[in-house]
Amino acid sequence: MIARREPSPLARTTTGFLFVAMVCWIFADIAISTADPWREFGLLLKGIVTPDFYSTNSLGLALAYTLAFALLGVALANIFGFGLALIFHSRTVRVGCAFIRSIHELFWALIFLQMFGLSPLTGVLAIAIPYAGIIAKVYAEILEEADQRPLSAIPVGAGRASTFLFVRLPDAWAHFRNYSMYRLECGLRSSAVLGFIGLPTLGFHLETAFKEGYYSEVSALLILFYLVIATMRIWMKKPLLPVYLVAAAAILPWGVAFSWSNVSRFFTVDIVPYPLRVGGDGSIAAFGDWLVMMLFDQAWPGMVATFQLTMIALVATGFLTLIFFPLISPLLLGRAARTGGHTFLVIVRSTPEYILAFVLLNLWGPSMLPAIVALSLHNAAIIGHLIGRYTETVQLRLDAVKGANRYFYEVLPRVYRPMLALLFYRWEVILRETAILGILGIATLGFYVDSAFADLRFDRALLLILITAMLNICVDTISRSIRSRLRLQTTLEQR
Amino acid sequence: MALLELKDESAGYNGKEILRGLTLSIEPGERIALIGESGAGKSTLLRLFYERLGPKAALMPQDSALVQALTVFHNVYMGRLHQRSVWRNLRNLVLPARDDVEEVREILIPLRLEDKIFSGVGQLSGGQYQRTALARALFHTGDTIVADEPVSSVDEHQAREILKTMNAQKQTVILAMHDRALAIEFADRLIGVKAGQIVMDQESAGMTPGDLDNLYLNGVE
Repeated sequence: MIARREPSPLARTTTGFLFVAMVCWIFADIAISTADPWREFGLLLKGIVTPDFYSTNSLGLALAYTLAFALLGVALANIFGFGLALIFHSRTVRVGCAFIRSIHELFWALIFLQMFGLSPLTGVLAIAIPYAGIIAKVYAEILEEADQRPLSAIPVGAGRASTFLFVRLPDAWAHFRNYSMYRLECGLRSSAVLGFIGLPTLGFHLETAFKEGYYSEVSALLILFYLVIATMRIWMKKPLLPVYLVAAAAILPWGVAFSWSNVSRFFTVDIVPYPLRVGGDGSIAAFGDWLVMMLFDQAWPGMVATFQLTMIALVATGFLTLIFFPLISPLLLGRAARTGGHTFLVIVRSTPEYILAFVLLNLWGPSMLPAIVALSLHNAAIIGHLIGRYTETVQLRLDAVKGANRYFYEVLPRVYRPMLALLFYRWEVILRETAILGILGIATLGFYVDSAFADLRFDRALLLILITAMLNICVDTISRSIRSRLRLQTTLEQR
Repeated sequence: MALLELKDESAGYNGKEILRGLTLSIEPGERIALIGESGAGKSTLLRLFYERLGPKAALMPQDSALVQALTVFHNVYMGRLHQRSVWRNLRNLVLPARDDVEEVREILIPLRLEDKIFSGVGQLSGGQYQRTALARALFHTGDTIVADEPVSSVDEHQAREILKTMNAQKQTVILAMHDRALAIEFADRLIGVKAGQIVMDQESAGMTPGDLDNLYLNGVE
């Protein structure tokens, strides 16, 4: 009798995640509630193919602001991130960076909005702070992976600074530059989305145009946005960077005043839990009740919905990736078809998931479905792109089978590991995005955070943001342990 | 006075002892080649010499160890990194100073690398690459050069050129080599290493490669 084969750890993990996602799916609200979603969709499509670039004269300014926030935010994040990367061996710095990057830029923006109002500081800091945390981690990893051999040839007695400058920095520099470009692309997306909470970027006009059904204007805004991102490698030149930064700083409306008393009030009064602020007898007991109320009425349901949506979106992303990567893989498609595939993936991944979810939500009404589709489309386009590029390096033997057999026997087994690595790497990203989609009305943690801000209950908002951050850090830790247990690795180019 | 003296010492790395009972002394002006099978402990012994010599010696590591992202100028300039201020080093990284460029150029001319001074080292041929590593060691102001297989990846013609330059420009030369004929030709003292011990230490005059066979044949003493 032949003994039954033990399932591989890879298969077991996959099955486990599939099972969890299925259970989440059963309990998820995924109904389409709008009366006639397809009519609205038809109108949207019509608007998309008839872009109107003259509908609003503030289009140029919105674009300029979007660029300005992204450039300044990412530049600041680079400076701080680099500095932090140098001292990343300190545990305090590592934990601090994990914390600031676990809070989504939209949450940061909501916080700064209370402190600085609509001052440009709000937008710049909202991008710079979480990005500094991400950049610090990635740069520290790059420095660690730099070629260490030349160290041996450095003369005895050379200082640490000189050694760093000549041996470790040069190799890392090209990686830093590439990564900064990628971060700038992310920064542009973040900056556009900041418009949804009131900053004067593209998102602001997008929301207005959408709400009023001006789909031709929506189309024009999106096309401009894609063009800016698609041409980034052309206009982003090193010698021009100082010019861009000065211009960015110059056009932002720094005149918008904010008062320091607001800032200090925020820290010393607003965020102190209400019962403690009021004080008096029994304030500690009241604080206990407040905490229990917050945890059970808001944090818990928010966490459940966030987890549920994240797991469904993660598995859906996996499935979509399996469909998306062949679109650009030379192993499976010809040149002409691949060009179409590239265009499709570029458009889908350049559209911020927040905007995708916003559009779908308007078409289908409030449920988890728009969020699931938006998150999985966006993330699958990113991972599909990376996996598609990865297949370019795979050499098949000359007599390899063709068609579906090739996909299942030659390609899929080769890409499955790297695909899982990327999926787990993005798990935490998906969670962060899930939380933020709550602002659109899906009852994840972001929904409760947004409501607390709307009610001017900053103590509640901050507690919920902290809980969201903890959830992020937990998932990040689990993901890292799964990746190391299954020996799933991502390369520098894929971060 | 001896440049370096070892008395019944041991050496290793990562806490693992590889060589035992080392006793020898090196005088200024000697040309020494360490020979023996790969894995016999040549590199470990060389590293011990280099550590003892400190800033007096320039090192040419086995894999050349150039910084890929930098130019020939920068890689050679690194030979004097320890003698310049951080600011000067930073300045030269961004915008090389004219007098430093001139000094590096003088080192490069006899090595036929002058026209490559501002090329990235990634574009160099194997011989040019190894000559750049030599230039870095020559630019170092120490009188001694410690080189681990400095001619392992070049043809014999280039190998002779490199070894000749080394002998001409540095007072004391300590090499690890696997090419026995070249070792006999360019060194005047041979140290044979086998299985973690020094098994031979004598002048090279009059020796033939065949005399060194027992360093390489297993089990034959």
